Amino acid sequence: MTVVRENIVENSKENKLLDNENVRALLLFLLSLGIFLAFWELGANLKIFSKGMPTASLTLKELWYWVTHPFYKNGPNDMGIGWNLLISLRRVAIGYTLASLIAVPLGILVGISKVAFKAFNPYFQLLKPVSPLAWLPLGLYIFRDSEVTGIFIITIASIWPTLTNTAFGVANVDSSYLNVSKTLGASRWRTIFKVIIPAALPNIISGLRISMGISWLVIVAAEMLLGSGLGYFIWNEWNNLYIPNILVAIFIIGIVGIVLDQIFAYLEKLVSFGKQS
Amino acid sequence: MSTSFSNRSTVNTDSVSDTQISLRHISKIFPGRKGWLNKLTRQASSDFMAIEDINLDIEHNTFVSIIGPSGCGKSTLLDIIAGLSTATGGEVLINGQVVDKPGPDRGMVFQNYALMPWMTVLDNIKFAVETVFPKMPAKQQQRIIKENIQLVGLTGAEKKHPHELSGGMRQRVGIARALAINPQILLMDEPFGALDALTRGFLQDEIERIWEQQRKTAIMITHSIEEALLLSDRIIMMTKGPAARIDQILEVPFPRPRDRTTVESHPDYLRLKKEMEDHLYRETRAVEAARIKP
Repeated sequence: MTVVRENIVENSKENKLLDNENVRALLLFLLSLGIFLAFWELGANLKIFSKGMPTASLTLKELWYWVTHPFYKNGPNDMGIGWNLLISLRRVAIGYTLASLIAVPLGILVGISKVAFKAFNPYFQLLKPVSPLAWLPLGLYIFRDSEVTGIFIITIASIWPTLTNTAFGVANVDSSYLNVSKTLGASRWRTIFKVIIPAALPNIISGLRISMGISWLVIVAAEMLLGSGLGYFIWNEWNNLYIPNILVAIFIIGIVGIVLDQIFAYLEKLVSFGKQS
Repeated sequence: MSTSFSNRSTVNTDSVSDTQISLRHISKIFPGRKGWLNKLTRQASSDFMAIEDINLDIEHNTFVSIIGPSGCGKSTLLDIIAGLSTATGGEVLINGQVVDKPGPDRGMVFQNYALMPWMTVLDNIKFAVETVFPKMPAKQQQRIIKENIQLVGLTGAEKKHPHELSGGMRQRVGIARALAINPQILLMDEPFGALDALTRGFLQDEIERIWEQQRKTAIMITHSIEEALLLSDRIIMMTKGPAARIDQILEVPFPRPRDRTTVESHPDYLRLKKEMEDHLYRETRAVEAARIKP
């Protein structure tokens, strides 16, 4: 009797584990990854892909090599991927910070005044859809320096989402918060700093998150033309015609992108206070 | 007699000294969309007169309720008294002074609570106290905040954010915030409109208890006949909009302090209730009839 009961308990435990959505998703993920890698490995060995396609095992070996040897330096064309990553991150950090320092205050200013919003919105709307790379020749011409141009491109690229989101957030602060402020007789400044900015903070952070995503997209493209960083690493490996390292770089760019995005996802959660889940 | 008609336009002269709030010929017109562009896009609309020629005197330490069919301009009238909206015609006098902008002499309780979601219960009240008494020593500010949290029975919830509270608790914070600035007049715009019946009852009892302690002049907008009868000294009944007017003013004679059971067993209770029901029924029917007519 007891044995039977134990079996039932064990069975239900197993079922529960499989019932869990996350467990099932993880299993499906691992399964699909396994099939993908197997297909890749087999296909590359049987040469059914284009010529020179590396095998999965070679690519993973290279990935392991780069992850375990991130920092070495044998001249500008032979640097560990860690250095290149740091160079890219540094450019993004400077350009992005500059953009945020411009975009947030400007967005608040534009958002507070309806007239300013209507008057300046056409500029933002016009410039927002322009690919940041279109500014590259202009940057090189103005600054005559690839490093500064890289930062300039990141700044231009990441200014618009933050600016428009901040302006939108500030312009659409719940009128009941403003009414509270008014009935208490709060000064304009107090209202701006204690009510309008905190109320718009979720929108501001969303803007910053989109801007960060765009910066990270753009830096890789820009660096192909600039001479160092992850983008240049890819370009360099293309010149060497060594595909495994290109795939490794793509993977690392993706991972760093996830980390950057999650930082902002956490910040968004921090300021949401029960609004949106 | 406990009923009187407000159509008389003469101001009651013998009680002038006791009058705290005086509304003189208040009207409010919301301008329509005009101009050739709106006409071209068929978005043109005519002016909308929400309220017309409202005259009302409210004495010190009186609890007044305003009741009327939906869309009759009750909230507009309260916004004008609060200074959040300006009257198109007429003026609001408080203690003989014309007021046309908001000020901390009037504390406001909002229907949607209007608490800042990023501030804790304590911070929401602190924001009000610091705004109104910027020069007060911090110790005294803290004491006021603590007293008002205690007054509405939220001791222990100081560090909670509004989204962690129930609707009733949120409105308690709203009431504490309005009272913490020690206003002369308390304005409440359907303060319990978004609450379930039971919570509503609790908060009505709270308001009655707090009002007996402080006896501040209060103006409350409500849809509930029972609520108005429980809390008010006078009930202003408005006609339907557009161009809503004061139709009738009821004096509520129940002795204070009140509680639900003694009020309901008062000999005048059913008569007053019936009078209000008839009024609301008539006006609401008129609203519906106006909707059907082209």
